[in-house]
This record gives sequence, structure tokens and C-alpha cells, in this order.
Amino acid sequence: MDVLASLGDGFWIALTWQNLLLALIGCFLGTIMGALPGLGPSNGVAILIPLAFSLGLPATPAMILLVSVYFGAMYGGRISSILLNIPGDEPAMMTCLDGYPMAQQGRAGEALALSGVASFVGAFLAIWGLAFLAPQLVKVALLFGPAEYFALYAMAFATLGGIASTNQAKAAFAAMLGLGIAMVGVDGQTGVPRFTFGEVHLYDGIDFLVAIVGLFALSEVFIFLEHRGEDSGTNKASKIGIGRITPSLSMLKSCTPTMLRASGLGFIAGVLPGAGASLGSFIAYSLEKRLVDRKGTFGKGDPRGVAAPEAGNNAAAGGALVPMLALGVPGSGTTAVLLAMLLALNITPGPLLFQNNPDVVWGLIAALFIGNFMLLAMNIPMVGMFVRVLLIPPRILMPIVAMISFVGIYGISGSSFDLLVMVVFGVLGWGLRKLDVPLVPIILGVLLGNQMEANLRRAMTISDGDWGILVASPLAIALWAIAVIGFVVPIVVGGVMRRKMRGGVAD
Amino acid sequence: MNDRVLGGIGILVAAFFIWQATLIELSFISDPVGPRTFPIIIGIGLGLASLAMLIKPDAAPAWPAASRLYEIALATAVMVAYALLLPELGFLITTALAATYLTWRLGTAPLWAIVTGVLTSAGIFIVFRVILGLSLARGPLGF
Repeated sequence: MDVLASLGDGFWIALTWQNLLLALIGCFLGTIMGALPGLGPSNGVAILIPLAFSLGLPATPAMILLVSVYFGAMYGGRISSILLNIPGDEPAMMTCLDGYPMAQQGRAGEALALSGVASFVGAFLAIWGLAFLAPQLVKVALLFGPAEYFALYAMAFATLGGIASTNQAKAAFAAMLGLGIAMVGVDGQTGVPRFTFGEVHLYDGIDFLVAIVGLFALSEVFIFLEHRGEDSGTNKASKIGIGRITPSLSMLKSCTPTMLRASGLGFIAGVLPGAGASLGSFIAYSLEKRLVDRKGTFGKGDPRGVAAPEAGNNAAAGGALVPMLALGVPGSGTTAVLLAMLLALNITPGPLLFQNNPDVVWGLIAALFIGNFMLLAMNIPMVGMFVRVLLIPPRILMPIVAMISFVGIYGISGSSFDLLVMVVFGVLGWGLRKLDVPLVPIILGVLLGNQMEANLRRAMTISDGDWGILVASPLAIALWAIAVIGFVVPIVVGGVMRRKMRGGVAD
Repeated sequence: MNDRVLGGIGILVAAFFIWQATLIELSFISDPVGPRTFPIIIGIGLGLASLAMLIKPDAAPAWPAASRLYEIALATAVMVAYALLLPELGFLITTALAATYLTWRLGTAPLWAIVTGVLTSAGIFIVFRVILGLSLARGPLGF
């Protein structure tokens, strides 16, 4: 049971005043960010990364802060889904379907409390899953050579594009764009400049933090500028009464099997590359609906319809950390952003992380357990406070978001050039979002591009220029096969699912 | 239609990217792959994806009215100006100006926008400079 022993060490690391305080701050900020429409886990974490970096936090405390924000946002997303029928972030979309009808029936408090418990159950089980599954995956990853890593990266892009987007061509376009951006700068192996056009600032390449904050945070500001005056939510929040905020025991009991099933499904969806929390909550909700909705109450305020997606998306959030930590390949937007934080701290996730920095891994997992209890405490008795946060109108919030983004990036380098690059990425992100081009593959491309190329070239050096090495081992062939299946099959099936998901919310 | 334009631009970008990749100078010692090959592969992928969009476009999104596009262009200009003026005027002044502009354009009444802008700037300054000790840009007045 070395998992339990490692976990014990992790608690030893996490239980310092500084780390506890950071977890508390992270959970609090995360819940607010999740609750506010327009700020979700990925852009919330993106804004905080440069700050954590410029504050000079060491790796473990920095990750504790950011992962607390991540989990907090997963909790917080449900608040605006239930009260306003506007998902606070994408994974909370399914919670609208039954949460808002419950609120309309005057059972908002019950829905909030139940979804809080469901979030807790989902996250709690998923952290156990993470603690046990990640070390197993590491054992597999130790067998990987450069060729297998190259195939693994290709698989991550293919499944991300295949499962998580409606249009595979656009996902591929986004991934290639990101990889192309990663190529800018001095080539690590031969030292020749590439795509720098003589601009000295570009020799170091384009800082992925700048790209991430621009694409995720600034583009959101542009979206709000575009839709100015159409915000409907803030006025509604004050009118809805919350009612009692303790779920009755009988309701909890009737929802327990739902929560357990949804947690399992969500966790699996999270572990699979490319699926992530949104898909986790969608699958959990659809399955519950098919399984237990005999009277057709789903969609009309059935508590189980609130519990399922919330347990599902929180479990998926935990699951998504498995490939990120064990393989260094994130499966979702937010884990991609977390990967950026690790890379910025010069820590490469993957099997070596578990060997060289076990304190980071296990401290993080222990902090997740602690943070999860903090979140439960914050999200049930204190939920009223977060509801008040929803009253901050976007016209005040969005400039703050923009300015904090600038502060963070400027804090890292102190250069106006980086700020200009960030603005360019902000506008680019806005345009691509309008055209339905997913942003996550771009980020993944920017993050993994250099690693992917380095592994390709390492493999080719080993084989002395023979491309056959890329498919020389059964492991590599299996990864390529998954990549092809993951990209091609969803062209038929996944697109349908995604469309249904959107359709379901539009109804 | 929009996807066709994006696809067309994408193909041009891909062609430019591949052309630039072939111009990357080679160093006298190199691995078997060299610095050119992977960028060229990316360029080909970008071109193929763009071609797919060109052939099979999605429905066009709802573009905002010209006035809103103008709004976004102006906001971009303000952010660019912010980036350039930050080292000159210092954090507090530049941020107050930019935040005032943004909150005004997002619908705050002009006078309240000034109050909000100044408070935003002061608030960020207090949290990040005074409490957390982050180095923000200093202007001629020392803040």
C-alpha cells in the first residue's frame, strides 16, 4: 500500500499554514470564478498563473492554489446554472436542465445544497481514483520511448479534436496553428532561429502564458463588448428566493445511487484524453435520464437531474488530472493551463515527476482532499454569499479581468512586447471563437509542440533517419490506432453527441 | 461562407509557413530530421485542415453589426495604447484610464465609469503591489 504511505507524506506537505491558506484562497476564488458567467475554470486559472509565477511561489504551493481554483470553479459553476439558467462555465451546462426548474419551484436552496453534496461526492471519489490510477499509468508510461511519446501526443490531438468538437477540420486547424506557434523561436537542437523574422523578442519563442491569457481571458472581454447590453442574468438573481439550504435525508438517499454512477462515469470521461468535464456531465446526465427517468420528470426539476451532472463534472475534473500528471498530456482546457504552470516552473509532468518530485504530486493530491472539504463547507452554509457575487455586473467585472490579465503578464517579463502579443491573441481568440474554432487544441499545440518535435527527432536519431521507428513497437501501434479511431469515429458519433448537448440546453 | 474565407486564409498561411520553413538555415551539425521537417509537416497539416473547411464549411456565425465591430477595434486600440503607455505613465494612471474606458463602453454611465476605473486601478494596486508585493510598472510619479 505505498499509495497510502505516499498520500500520508502528501498530507504532511499540504498541512502547512501557507498551503492551507492558499487552498482556502483558491477554493474561494474558484467558486466565485465558476459562479460568474464569463469566467470559468480555464480562464480563471489562466489569469492566476502569471500571478502565482510572479509571486515566486514554489511548485507545490502554486499548484495547490491553482488546483483549488480549478475544483472551486467546478463547484461554483452550478450556482448560476441553478439560479439564473445561465451556466457559470461550460461543464455546468447540464445542471441548468433540472436545476433551474427546481429554482422556479422555490427549491433553489435544496438544489444548491444537493448539487454541493453531489460535487463533493464526485470530486472525493475522483481524487481517490487519481491517487490509485495515476501511479499505475506511470508504470505504463515508463515503457514509453521517444517514438511512443510522439504517438501519444498525436493521439492527444486526435482524440481532443475528435471527441470534443463538432468539426474535426476546425479542431485539426486549431491544433496545427498551435503547433506552428510553438515552432517560433530558436530551435532547441541545432540553435538556428525559426520564424523570428529578425525580431529579437521572438528568439525565445512565444511565451505560452501570454498566449493562454490572451486566448482565454482577453477574448472573453471582447465577447462581452460585442454583446453589451444583452446581459439578462444579473437582474434575475436578486428576485429568486433561495429557500432552505439543507437537503432532506430522503432526497440525499434517493440520489445516492445516481451520484455514485455519475461519479464513476465522470471519472472515466475525465481520464480519456480530449473528453473533459463537459462531456463527463453530459454523459452522466444522459445515462441517468435513460436509467431512472421512468416518470419523465427529468428536465422538470428532478433532484437526480441536478445530482448527476454535478457529480459527473467534478469527478471528470479529478479524472482529467490523471493523464496530465502521469503522462504530461492534458485532456481538457483547464488541465492544459495547469500543465502550462508546471512547465513555467520547469517541472515536466510525466513518469519522471512521480520519481523526482513526489512531494509535488502527493502534496497536490492531499491538498485536493483538504480543499474538497473546504469547498463543501463553503458551498453549503455559505452559498448565499456567492449568490451575492452574481450581482456584480459584467460591465464592472470584465475590465477588472482585463486589467488583472495585463498585470500578470507584465509581472512576468516587464515587457510591453508581451502585452502586445497578448492583445493579438485576445483578438485572434475572439475571431476564432466566433468561427467555432476550438481554442483548447491551440493551447495544447503551443504547450506540447516543442516536446512533440523533440521526441520525433530523438526517435529519428535513434533509428538513424528511418521513419519506420514511429510504428516499430506494439505500444506505438496501439497509440496510433487509438488516435485514428479517436479522430475518425466521432466524425459520425461524437458530433451528434455534441450537437445533442447543445440542443438539449437550447430547448 | 465565413469558413471558406478562413479556409482560404489558412491555406495562404500554410503556404507562407512552409515557404518560411524551407528558408530556415541549416547548421553544419544536425540530427537526421533537422529543424525544417517538423514545421513543414505542420504546414501541410494546416493546409489540409484549411482545405477541408473550404470544401465543407459550417453555417456562418452571426457577426455583430458594424458598430460593434468598430467597438471591438477601438477596445483593441485602447489595449495596444495601454501596453505602450504603461512603462511611460506608470501603472495607476494607465490602468485607471483603460479600465474607465472599458467599463464605460460596457455600459456604465460616464461619471460612474471614472469612479469605477479609478477604484479598479487603486484596488488592483493595493492587492497586488501593497499586499502581495508584485512589481508593477512605475511611472514618473513613482507609481
